[in-house]
Amino acid sequence: MRKKAYLLVILLLLVTMTLAACGQDSTQEPTQTTTGNQSSRSTLEVVKNRGYVIVGVNSKLPGFGYLEPDGSYSGFDVEFGRALAAAIFNDPNAVEFRPLSAKDRLTAVQTGEVDVLMRNTTWTISRDTSLGLNFAPTTFYDGQGMMVRKDSGINSLEDLDGARIGVQTGTTTELNLTDHMRKLNVDFEPIVFEDLDSVVAAYEAGSIDAWTTDISGLASRQATLADPNAHKVLPEVMSKEPLGPVVREGDDQWYDIVKWTIFATIEAEELGITQGNIDSFMNSDDPVFRRFLGVEGDLGTNLGLSNDFTVNIIKSVGNYGEIFDRYLGPDTVFNLERGLNDLWTNGGLMYAPPFR
Amino acid sequence: METKMEPPKNTIGIIGWLRKNLFNGWFNSLLTIIFLWIVFTVLYAALKWVFVTADWTVIVVNLRLLLVGQYPQDQIFRVWLALTLVSTLTGLSWGLWKGTIGNLAIALGASFLILSLFPFSGEVKTWLLVNATAIGLGYVLGRYFPILRKPTAASWILLFPFIIVLLRGLGTSWLPIVGTNLWGGLMLTFLLAIVAIVFSFPLGVLLALGRTSKLPLVRYLSIGYIELIRGVPLITILFMAQLMLPLFLPEGVTLDRVLRAMAGLTLFSAAYLAENVRSGLQSIPRGQYEAAQALGLSNFKTTFLIVLPQALRAVIPILVGQFIALFKDTSLVSIVGILDFLGIGRSIVAQPEFLGRQREILIFAAAIYFVFSYAMSYASRRLEKSLGVGER
Repeated sequence: MRKKAYLLVILLLLVTMTLAACGQDSTQEPTQTTTGNQSSRSTLEVVKNRGYVIVGVNSKLPGFGYLEPDGSYSGFDVEFGRALAAAIFNDPNAVEFRPLSAKDRLTAVQTGEVDVLMRNTTWTISRDTSLGLNFAPTTFYDGQGMMVRKDSGINSLEDLDGARIGVQTGTTTELNLTDHMRKLNVDFEPIVFEDLDSVVAAYEAGSIDAWTTDISGLASRQATLADPNAHKVLPEVMSKEPLGPVVREGDDQWYDIVKWTIFATIEAEELGITQGNIDSFMNSDDPVFRRFLGVEGDLGTNLGLSNDFTVNIIKSVGNYGEIFDRYLGPDTVFNLERGLNDLWTNGGLMYAPPFR
Repeated sequence: METKMEPPKNTIGIIGWLRKNLFNGWFNSLLTIIFLWIVFTVLYAALKWVFVTADWTVIVVNLRLLLVGQYPQDQIFRVWLALTLVSTLTGLSWGLWKGTIGNLAIALGASFLILSLFPFSGEVKTWLLVNATAIGLGYVLGRYFPILRKPTAASWILLFPFIIVLLRGLGTSWLPIVGTNLWGGLMLTFLLAIVAIVFSFPLGVLLALGRTSKLPLVRYLSIGYIELIRGVPLITILFMAQLMLPLFLPEGVTLDRVLRAMAGLTLFSAAYLAENVRSGLQSIPRGQYEAAQALGLSNFKTTFLIVLPQALRAVIPILVGQFIALFKDTSLVSIVGILDFLGIGRSIVAQPEFLGRQREILIFAAAIYFVFSYAMSYASRRLEKSLGVGER
């Protein structure tokens, strides 16, 4: 008995020792993941010293951010993180992706845990002003839609009187739905779920009559339903959802870099420059191309980057249209229309200010 | 001369058992038939789904992701090495102590051998066989060298910190640092659970002693801590750790996300553990303290030599129950964006080719959680038996 108790004391001691050892481990941690002191050093300096940029992403959003079987991240949002890495380091892989949840994403930007957030975040005035955040140009214009069964006889939101509507809890979607239906004076029964998979499962099982989320989400899920043609998306759009990158307020240079990285992909599409044909433009005499590609002028150095940062971006990830097509376009299961996300010259909203 | 009469045929054997237990009377016969029908329908639907409807390629393709997350491919040998160490020690303990650990070792070795029959890559097969061999070798060594008892016990204790260092690396060219942001899958689930269990245990014991202490300051601090934590759901604590903690830290300093989750789980579990241990402390009769005092033992010796060993023995079932709950509770970290086993599963469902395959993922996850929880509960039952809990 005595021996056993003796052993127990030793055990307790050893455990405390490992506790202490791990305590040392954790004191080293901050020095490693320090993301910089904004008052003394600019974000760009910190990122350059670190050797890679930290991007907050969604790890569970089909088409926009997910893990590949080999452990790498893929998706539309993720690709803009690679573009940023290419702009700074001329290496699309000089980036670390941090999966963030809808609830902790904005805190992660505020505390500097991530340098930039690229995680389908809706640009709203309260987020922009009261949370100390800055929103870079919108990379994807979304809106809230509603999916119903074709044989349900529902053709507009007004027909949903008395219907059971599935919605994901804790999102702007839920609030929009309530607001919009109250405006239309339609009585409905909201059925809230923790995640979208459950909403879709309930809809397929027939326990709800309709479900709502962003139109891109509706389209991507429709492709996975047992019979995609038995469902339709109602024509009404209930909200505006401009989704784009977010950075912390207070470092204008960093904000500019993120902004013009996005613009560069849009401008490249407008100029017809793609990942494949970019080399043929390098010797162009047209001053527009020469300035954009950094052959002349100092647009890049003014940002704190190299003059050919646009070339690095396009060579690594392609122009906006190429990124869109790769993850959301006709060759993917989502088969999304460009719609609002087409260039302004084609009737969309994608518009880059002049590179001059 | 007496004649031996055989008992009537329909009262012995299977038929007899059936008649006696399932069909004794019209009511029980009806019940039996109805339940057989229900069991058959459910089983048929379940088996049909598992073998016909379900598409398990999503698991096969993403198996590595589910098990070790984004741990770099060229460093994966470290995970295998860690597993091999566990296997070796399990084998050694089997040879040294037999009993429960032996059954677990056999189950582990058998799983390795069965898994090695699956069409994995050569590297994986080699490692699986290495692990099975390690168990066997350990057994032989332990069997013939009982002198290894103390080193083995010490190795078990040193194993965990060693594995952490092995997985994280030293920053040298041999063992480059692999940041915790790349840890994931089942491996991370285990690490979270083990860290929480290992660290919350001493903390909980100290809190329990503190709560029963005669010093008012210590007692009230312990009570305050325990009641505060027990009054808050775990998910709130995890959110606090992820959202609020960074705001209190000095500008520019950020703590590792996984570390924050580990801290949250540990602090939470410690409060509950303290109450469990306290219930054990209260079960010790007053006479034990008095006898210890009569022998002239100091307070420290009374606590650590007389009271605690008996108290802890009494609460083993509760403690293991809590550890099992904690193991499953680690899945909550997937809500705060950490890619543990369940978190990885939820992220796999977002792969375009596997959209809508969440059923397969969730059932696979449930099966894995069940296997390990059951192993823990089995070990605890055997441990209780060998210590004679509830028998004396």
